[in-house]
Amino acid sequence: MIEVLNFGLAALILGLAVWAIVAREAPAAVVGFIVYGLLLTLVWLQLRGIDVALTEAAIGGGLTGVLLISAAVRLRSTESAFRAQRPAASTRWLAAVLAAAVTGALAICVLALPEPAPTLAPEVLANMAVTEVENPITAVLLAFRAMDTLLEAIVLVFALIGVWSLAPDLAWGGRPGPLQVADPNGMLAYVARVLPPIGIVAGIYIFWIGADHPGGKFQGATILAAMWLLVMMAGLADAPPVSRRWLRWLLVAGPLVFIAIGVVGAVTANAFLAYPQGFAKPLILAIEFALMPTLTLVLGLMLLGAPRRGKSP
Amino acid sequence: MNLLLDLWTVVAVITGAFFFFAGTVGLLRFPDSLTRLHALSKADNLGLGLVVLGLLPQMDSVSAGLKLVCIWLLVLLSGATASQWIARTLRHSGSGP
Repeated sequence: MIEVLNFGLAALILGLAVWAIVAREAPAAVVGFIVYGLLLTLVWLQLRGIDVALTEAAIGGGLTGVLLISAAVRLRSTESAFRAQRPAASTRWLAAVLAAAVTGALAICVLALPEPAPTLAPEVLANMAVTEVENPITAVLLAFRAMDTLLEAIVLVFALIGVWSLAPDLAWGGRPGPLQVADPNGMLAYVARVLPPIGIVAGIYIFWIGADHPGGKFQGATILAAMWLLVMMAGLADAPPVSRRWLRWLLVAGPLVFIAIGVVGAVTANAFLAYPQGFAKPLILAIEFALMPTLTLVLGLMLLGAPRRGKSP
Repeated sequence: MNLLLDLWTVVAVITGAFFFFAGTVGLLRFPDSLTRLHALSKADNLGLGLVVLGLLPQMDSVSAGLKLVCIWLLVLLSGATASQWIARTLRHSGSGP
């Protein structure tokens, strides 16, 4: 029975992937992509990768979906002009062949994997006691492969700098996103008052539970960022100007604390990002606490886009 | 007692699935956006509600059951908001009735 469901799920995902490519209108393709992300969440659940499923739902489905929707809305005015200058048939065929070749190569690689696939999972489980956390994913992300997580956090800050650098000169240092006028009796304003208390608790819960169960800072930060965006979209609060000192400090605080702890490790534990014996859990928690506001702000501000409104008002 | 609870689960989940099915058919078959929205919100509210009610006796702990109910309530809230918002946009853009 479950095989039938799995097969149906795989067929649906493949169908949606094709739909997202062949759909003529950008919004239709985006909707296809969002549903694709949500179905991938179910696949990860089936594979018992609950952490990945949470991340896929929060970032792959939710956050990327909103980003793509706003991109599609922005492109709407130029879309027909763009479609008029359709590339030549040979170019399109070449693109199709290249894309198919990449897919084929990936499929061959996956199918050629030895059975069982090579894995470091037993070693992680054998050494997990050292880290004092109970969720193996967190142990990998913040102890065994902490370098990857550090670079990830830095890349996110760089991405935000990239988004900001698209601002026109006049708006530099100003507030990102359009000015939202609140409708005090509107449905959105109502939800923006009711939902954030629940969402903030859920976000912090998912962040905190990450040490021992599926969850963690990325998923929690996405929920917090969503609550922040909701309040701003409803016009109840305005986005901060990007020139604010506190904002910039919070944006770099996470990676800075991470690097500082890494350097301390180099002195006390003989390796960059190594934790001294017995201090693993508190240091991991310190890094998570420092990264949380950074991630929340980066994810929220990235969705708001480049500064658009001048500094003055 | 267990048999009764299991029976309740089967009946409630099947009824919930029926509402999802009916909502999907409505989404595909109804003539305009407002009626399609109506079909969709029925699936969310009643369908998910019945599935959650059906699963409640199968939960190990009270807190797990409460989480399920919370999920239903949150979906109710977001579904109602989104439907209202879409309907309002339709009316303002003049494509609604």
